[in-house]
Amino acid sequence: MKKSHWYNYLWIWAVVYFAMGFFNILFAWLGLIDFFLPLIFAVGFGNKGFCNRYCDRGQLLRALGSQKGFSRRKDAPDWMKSRAFRYGFLVFFLVMFMNMLYATYQVFAGASNLREVVTLFWTIHVPWEWAYHGGAAPWAAQFAFGLYSIMLTSAILGILTMLAYKPRSWCVYCPMGTMTQLICRAKAGTREEEKTS
Amino acid sequence: MAMQSKRHAVVDTSLCVACGACMEVCPRGAITVWKGSYSVVDDALCIGCGLCARECPASVIRVEDRP
Repeated sequence: MKKSHWYNYLWIWAVVYFAMGFFNILFAWLGLIDFFLPLIFAVGFGNKGFCNRYCDRGQLLRALGSQKGFSRRKDAPDWMKSRAFRYGFLVFFLVMFMNMLYATYQVFAGASNLREVVTLFWTIHVPWEWAYHGGAAPWAAQFAFGLYSIMLTSAILGILTMLAYKPRSWCVYCPMGTMTQLICRAKAGTREEEKTS
Repeated sequence: MAMQSKRHAVVDTSLCVACGACMEVCPRGAITVWKGSYSVVDDALCIGCGLCARECPASVIRVEDRP
């Protein structure tokens, strides 16, 4: 057994995040860490250090799938590993993210009321009103509900594919992973040109 | 020079998602993710144990006989 590193325990952050959002939805804003850190690694340093080590989601799937042995460890179907699906899922995810930002804007502009629900799989509305106690502008709460919905939906997808296929199957179609790999490949390409010219 | 193992890990870099799951399990520290793009196996260190292939979520690592 290899020795554990401190970052192998980052799965605790994933659990804490969802627990905090259950009691106060405003904590969902902290989910932005999982969006900005991988981009900082990719854009700033041209690597996937976040995916490779510090992703709480990846560590959670590793802990449950690899270490606890909940994963069947079957090969994921070819379509799931195809570029078409990975890029398609990235585009879908970005569109739904914009949609969430638009809903936030509508509440900000007073065009619609705050909806205290968590939306699973972009369709199922789950009542979540106990987690909002005021203390922030309605648009800030709307964004929190939206981001928590995205985080919870992707966590459930990740856990389902962890059980069915390899522990970190989610990493194959993770939109942030796909996006940062595209950024890294682009940066690596330009750096190679710089080296040869 | 130490004798090399009969088998070694080979990565299909075109389909690698660069997640680093292989790097995490490699007992020899033989795998790195090259510039966030794909995994690279240090052939001199690889002992062909296959842990990386077992972990790879995209199943793009094969353990093959060395040429």
